[in-house]
Amino acid sequence: MSDEAQGDGANPVDEPIPFMQQVLDNPFLLLFIGITVPTVFYLIWGVMEIVSIPIAD
Amino acid sequence: MAIFPPAQRIWWKEPIERSEILWITIALVWSLILFFMMPYWHLVGEQNLSNEAYRIKPDVFAERTEAMADKYTVREEGDTGTPVVHPPAGGDIYMLARLWEWWPVLELEKDQTYRLHLSSVDWVHGFSLLPENINIQVHPEYEMVITVTPNRAGEYSVVCNEFCGIGHHTMVGKIYVVDK
Amino acid sequence: MSNNADFRICPDTGFKIHLPADKLIKWNAVTAVVFLLVGGIFGLGVALTRWPAVHLLPADWFYLALTAHGFDVLLVWMIFFEMAILYFAGAVLLGSRLAAPKVAWVGYWMMLGGALITNIAVLRGDSSVMFTSYVPMQAAPDFYLGIIIFAVGALLGCFVFFGTLVIAKQEKTYEGSVPLVTFGAITAAIIAVFTIATGAIILIPTLLWSVGYVGHIDSVMYKVVWWAMGHSSQQINVAAHIAVWYALAAILFGAKPLSEKVSRMAFLLYILFLQLASAHHLLVEPGLSSEFKIFNTSYAIYLAVLASMIHGLTVPGSVEAAQRKKGFTNGLFEWLRKAPWGNPSFSGFALSLVMFGFLGGISGVMMGTEQLNIITHNTMYVPGHFHGTVVVGSTLAFMALAYWLVPVLWQRELVFPGLAKWQPYLFGIGMGLASVFMMGAGTLGVPRRHWDMSFADATMPYDFPGAAHLMMGLNGIAALIGGIGGTIFILNMVGTILWGKPKSKAAAEPEKPAAPAQPTVVSGYGSAGTMAVPGTFTLAMVFLVAFVLYYFVNWKYLAGVWGLS
Repeated sequence: MSDEAQGDGANPVDEPIPFMQQVLDNPFLLLFIGITVPTVFYLIWGVMEIVSIPIAD
Repeated sequence: MAIFPPAQRIWWKEPIERSEILWITIALVWSLILFFMMPYWHLVGEQNLSNEAYRIKPDVFAERTEAMADKYTVREEGDTGTPVVHPPAGGDIYMLARLWEWWPVLELEKDQTYRLHLSSVDWVHGFSLLPENINIQVHPEYEMVITVTPNRAGEYSVVCNEFCGIGHHTMVGKIYVVDK
Repeated sequence: MSNNADFRICPDTGFKIHLPADKLIKWNAVTAVVFLLVGGIFGLGVALTRWPAVHLLPADWFYLALTAHGFDVLLVWMIFFEMAILYFAGAVLLGSRLAAPKVAWVGYWMMLGGALITNIAVLRGDSSVMFTSYVPMQAAPDFYLGIIIFAVGALLGCFVFFGTLVIAKQEKTYEGSVPLVTFGAITAAIIAVFTIATGAIILIPTLLWSVGYVGHIDSVMYKVVWWAMGHSSQQINVAAHIAVWYALAAILFGAKPLSEKVSRMAFLLYILFLQLASAHHLLVEPGLSSEFKIFNTSYAIYLAVLASMIHGLTVPGSVEAAQRKKGFTNGLFEWLRKAPWGNPSFSGFALSLVMFGFLGGISGVMMGTEQLNIITHNTMYVPGHFHGTVVVGSTLAFMALAYWLVPVLWQRELVFPGLAKWQPYLFGIGMGLASVFMMGAGTLGVPRRHWDMSFADATMPYDFPGAAHLMMGLNGIAALIGGIGGTIFILNMVGTILWGKPKSKAAAEPEKPAAPAQPTVVSGYGSAGTMAVPGTFTLAMVFLVAFVLYYFVNWKYLAGVWGLS
């Protein structure tokens, strides 16, 4: 198979795994950011906007 | 194959095929256009919802709506008992949502600008102005203020399009727009 | 710890299947199909009531059926099937034992119990509050309680999935990174955890309010938090059905992703941004700023749309590359023409992919634009859109997978293979048309969740144009066609499980989807062996043109209405 030949040539076994690949291989890190991003940008931001709606005069 | 682990230990360095890169570039440009259309329309478009809103007690909102109706009622809508209110152009106008009516009927002048106050005194309702197809959510205890400029004379209906119980489908109000 | 006695080797695929996982996948999938049947029947009742000439149900039954329809298919059918997918993508694809099967069973029974409690509350007639149950409208306490129990059960399932990932890694059941399909399932599971957590945050106080322990729930606050669950739950479906697309491309064609990096990054964009789209439901709400609306409704500059467009190229692109490797190289589309259109796994997959993009995708972006939402919010356009995503996108993809998975797991042959050939077309085209007609009616302002568009009982009735009534009638007919398709699917699944002929190992059926016994067929391109995919690229450009035209046509509609500021 061509890509295995390629793989053996391009990726010696001791070559470190690139950073982004490590990130994508870490489901718990992904779980953390996948919950933090919508919590901050959607939930917290949204709730703060509602809380700060002024009272009618 | 997608159901097996990648064949290469390090797949991050695989080169990407040209048409894939081209498509990603096109899609990214399109995404940017989609995004900037919204701020752009705030600058040049004439249909943007205002962010003006207040907390308000339902009875206070009802009082203000009734005060407007007491002052500017011109007739009654058929035999429904609902007043038709013709407020002065350029001023504040109120429409109140409750189970299951939009109150009162408003009569507006074409090409005049009004500050429309919307709120509900009970449940959540949906203000749907037809046949324009302008749709705004109406909440209890919140008052939304939208500046409206009717651009065609005629008879409009306000249909409730947020489910509000068994009489929901009977909740229809009216707005007249007249030439002046 | 487990030993090899807990595993069986699948004779079709060579996968090593953990027996407790096998059983859980089967039970979750079967339960899902049962709720699809229940929810589908309610849905048919809804469509036939909204067909003005038929107007089947009385008002109270209509609102009851609509509440049950939303809950049973949007939540119960989807999440049960997704549990099956998570256990499949975790335990089976990684060749691992399932973490804590007992917890998975507790989760299963909680989901089933919760689903039944809520269904009973709805059927009793005192909880016809729609799936969204916007406060201050109040349902009976057990309506909320059932959903909470269901959600906690689903959360346990997600934990079992994540635990399985840990075990597989520790026990080294696979080398390197997880398969792309498992990565897609991880994406779905992450979204599911957020979904379920926000569901608990909003429904627990609502439950307490319904029994009188909490005095007041703010209606705008409720909507913001509720939609973090309500919309995200549908994003679980999107992530899961895209994982299913990749799986089917691999199973049917031995296709390899064009690029692991690109596909995984696209899933990462989903993990980061897809859930922000909950703001789609808040674009005409009082008190939220345009900054909040624009940032969230656009998934932060449409990065999740970018991800969907990437999957839209790479999934069919991987099929094209695999087909070209097999020698279907003539012209732009020989690879597509020579695809197995009579195999329901393929036809369901192909229709799901195309219609999800053209119907669900384009309409979703249009409707989710801050200002364009003004002319679509809460009209029939909204159910039109999500029947284009959840029904012809997710449901059809899951059906396509089931045509492969059920015979393989149960080791039985499909009972009605002839009917199955037609099923994806009937269901897909029927529901696709229903989606189009609903969107058409929405464009004319027809409200969703509305019993009587003729306003017979209203004091100031509004006259919809004839076209609007026609659209709702056509929607009823299309839903009937789709309903026949759905019935054939359920008959086939239930029939196969109960009465299907056991597969004989000797019989090599030519109709059967190609078994991915060994990754030998076409696994070798990616870098030097990278394949051009001109056919897919052409189709993608057609999609883009449709997208651009439709998007700007709607701006033109908007520009014609009353000035608002």
